[in-house]
Amino acid sequence: MGAPRKIIANLTVWLLLLTMPFWLDALGGYTSLGSQVLVLALAATALNFLLGFTGVLSFGHAAFFGLGSYGAGMTIKYLLPNTLAGIAVGVAVGTVAAAAIGALIVRLRGIYFAMVTIAFGQVFYFIAFRWNTVTGGDDGLSGWQRLPIDLGFARIDIVHSQVTFYYFVLLCFAVAVAIMAALLHSPFGRTLLAIRENETRARFLGIPVALHIWLSWLISCAFASLAGALYALLNNFADPHFLHWEQSGEFVIMAVLGGMRTFWGPLVGAAIFIVLQNYVSSLTESWMMYIGIFFIVVVLFFPRGVLGLVTKVAPVNLF
Amino acid sequence: MTELILFDAFNGLIIGAFYALMALGLSLILNLSGVINFAHGGFLAVGAYLAFVLIPYIGFWGALIVAPLLTAVVGLVVERVLIRPLYGRDPLYSLLLTFGLAYVLEDGTRDIWGSQTLPFAVPDWLGAPLSSRYFFLTGYRLFMVAVVAAAVAGLFLILTRTKLGIRIRAGTFDLETVAALGVNAKLLRLVNFGLGIYLAGLAGVLAAGMLGLQPTLGSDLIMPSFVAIIIGGLGSLPGTLLGGLLIGLASGIVTVFYPSASEAVIYIMMALVLLVRPRGLLGEQGRV
Repeated sequence: MGAPRKIIANLTVWLLLLTMPFWLDALGGYTSLGSQVLVLALAATALNFLLGFTGVLSFGHAAFFGLGSYGAGMTIKYLLPNTLAGIAVGVAVGTVAAAAIGALIVRLRGIYFAMVTIAFGQVFYFIAFRWNTVTGGDDGLSGWQRLPIDLGFARIDIVHSQVTFYYFVLLCFAVAVAIMAALLHSPFGRTLLAIRENETRARFLGIPVALHIWLSWLISCAFASLAGALYALLNNFADPHFLHWEQSGEFVIMAVLGGMRTFWGPLVGAAIFIVLQNYVSSLTESWMMYIGIFFIVVVLFFPRGVLGLVTKVAPVNLF
Repeated sequence: MTELILFDAFNGLIIGAFYALMALGLSLILNLSGVINFAHGGFLAVGAYLAFVLIPYIGFWGALIVAPLLTAVVGLVVERVLIRPLYGRDPLYSLLLTFGLAYVLEDGTRDIWGSQTLPFAVPDWLGAPLSSRYFFLTGYRLFMVAVVAAAVAGLFLILTRTKLGIRIRAGTFDLETVAALGVNAKLLRLVNFGLGIYLAGLAGVLAAGMLGLQPTLGSDLIMPSFVAIIIGGLGSLPGTLLGGLLIGLASGIVTVFYPSASEAVIYIMMALVLLVRPRGLLGEQGRV
């Protein structure tokens, strides 16, 4: 893809995101749906940092998403009624867990890596599910809510205005994807692509492959926990199902649906998936079946994703 | 107290036998085809519900034989239509497809039979306790252990004594060479998939008799089966068997002392195994 097309694509994305509260209602949506898309798109983009740009499949990202949620919710509920502190703790908890688990699994590859990530994700699910007194168990962590952000000189009310909260989420999203994009453009990111394309050759070149995969995993999980923290704030609630492998599967399908070899693919995939899920679950109780059929159709007929269809995918294609 | 520990340990072993039966099927498919079959739990539930439907007509014993076979037929169709096109593509796709299929099977059984637990009749004489002191030793539990043992023995006989089994094991090492020697690799994968699903169906019939019949029956059992494979060692079927029994036993014993941790303990075991021996207890060098 040429440079002018890249710029146009990026401008379009940001313009659409910046103006979303103004046109979403007209299309039958609502602002918090926009926030939901952004947050889950951030999680899917974070997953895709690992999946699409390092070539490592994690099927357990919900664990870190959920840890971010519970970290934020429990901080605000029990420790310190401060939204930013909640986010910080959520990200810290998710990242520390990711560092430890990453060290255990970084030597595994391919489907085995995926399988171990699936299994590890469930530990946190069972902890949240069983530890009733602290986490609320199956009912989830409620009885708390996000608070206005006090910057000293100004006070941002993200509590009562969905639109203000949307822009707060958009700011977090923008910072996060900017960091990920910058990383992918750096020599570090190019090394990750090299590992994705040919791990053996990368190893011959003297690249410490395990370290790079661990770092990529860590970055990916850190942003997934940020998304989780924001998701808890959006709903004023943390649900054990945020930690469940079904949630992990949804992140993967978002990335694949949008196009996992493209940077904006997960955003597109998240938007399509969430709108579809909302629509189908308003129509029928057995929405799970339709979502399942949708998974099968995507895999069989659109394996390159929506953006993979519109753009001609070159072997190395960042944006 | 001794009775209690014995009860939970025995219970754990039975659950472990389930995990092993399911994990063996998963392992077969994973080793030969490189497919993580997320829908394995769904197939287990299909086997259980098929048995439920068949029991009024052919009785428990008939259902025990026929239901797993029918489940295997469903598995063969699924392999042929949905999974075969994905061989040779990134394993991500077969994982996602079977993930979607798991949703479809779970919701499908819920649509047809409802989400409430259905009674699953086993013959009366099997349900009665054998001893008043060891009340947990019902005939059904012993019977399940016997069936699992027979199934596992049968599987290992097939794998070591028949041409089919030898081809499956050879294909696990190098399918390309096996195909070059004139074996129909597509057919081999198809039959192997059916074999794995047969084991899932059998586990389903047995599980329904013990746990009752619910659409989530399979998805509750699938995650421990993954753990069993990882602990036992990827690529090793005896390892999978050992892993299943070990985690069942461990979660059974932990239930006595700290019930809330009975699920988490198997993941802790998995973390320890990965830390000390990343290829698993009986995993082969270089497979990972």
